[in-house]
Amino acid sequence: MYKVKVYITLRESVLDPQGAAVQQSLHSLTYNEVSDVRVGKYIELTIEDTDRDLDQLVKEMCEKLLANTVIESYRYDVEEVVTQ
Amino acid sequence: MKFAVIVFPGSNCDVDMYHAIKDALGEEVEYVWHSTDNLDEYDGILLPGGFSYGDYLRTGAIARFSNVMAEVVKAAQAGKPVLGVCNGFQILLEAGLLPGAMRRNDGLKFICRNVGLKVENNQSMFTTGYSLHETITIPVAHGEGNYYCDNETLAELKQNNRILFTYDGENPNGSLEQIAGITNEQGNVLGMMPHPERAVDSLLGSKDGLKIFQSIVKNWRESHVITA
Repeated sequence: MYKVKVYITLRESVLDPQGAAVQQSLHSLTYNEVSDVRVGKYIELTIEDTDRDLDQLVKEMCEKLLANTVIESYRYDVEEVVTQ
Repeated sequence: MKFAVIVFPGSNCDVDMYHAIKDALGEEVEYVWHSTDNLDEYDGILLPGGFSYGDYLRTGAIARFSNVMAEVVKAAQAGKPVLGVCNGFQILLEAGLLPGAMRRNDGLKFICRNVGLKVENNQSMFTTGYSLHETITIPVAHGEGNYYCDNETLAELKQNNRILFTYDGENPNGSLEQIAGITNEQGNVLGMMPHPERAVDSLLGSKDGLKIFQSIVKNWRESHVITA
């Protein structure tokens, strides 16, 4: 079994109005060191053992449904879950 | 002419859309549930506004995989008029029937008010009832209407007159080039954020939206009804 952690954010070239608002708020709390904020999504998938190529599967899921690649980019980490 | 109003779980402008077609326009219309797998009997397809599937993941992202969407694609390819309003527009974007994507409004607020629109192209099957550059008043009601596409797509939209409506004056949501509504390449699929179905009676503040529906019917009749 695998635990896949998918991170989705707006692409660098796309303005993130939510991130900009959070950054402004952090500045007003005097954290002026913060030079950029991007707000994204975090999705956890639990995937059963499969004969299919896991990387391929996750990429397909990201590009078909989990992320909209017109405005979003994604990355993911795979952890193998060892069951007792 | 017979219209289908596609209803998804979470659609909430379906009744207004139905009313606009039946009572204001005077044409045939039926509600069609999202699980339907045949739209052959309908001449025009309407995707109403709302919050299909609770806007989970992204607006329109889940509705786009409904059974009925394969049929909507088929209808679009067959040249039938397809109109997506608000969430309907978002679904058409997710489905790839229209290019680009929606971002949160740049002010982060849900906006619900009348806006001025400029008719940028009055040669399309949706807009022949308007004059070119006419300004009309139609309400918007959305949190994610901040249209985005890459430069290449934008150039293509402009070159082929695929931008039918832009916001007149102030940009309410940060939309690229003030874009409020665009069509596909063939010109038979229109997605727009403003709600024409809420502007079909002067009693409700504006009837400027009615001409979109009247244009669809007029153009459909001209190409489908044989006159003796």
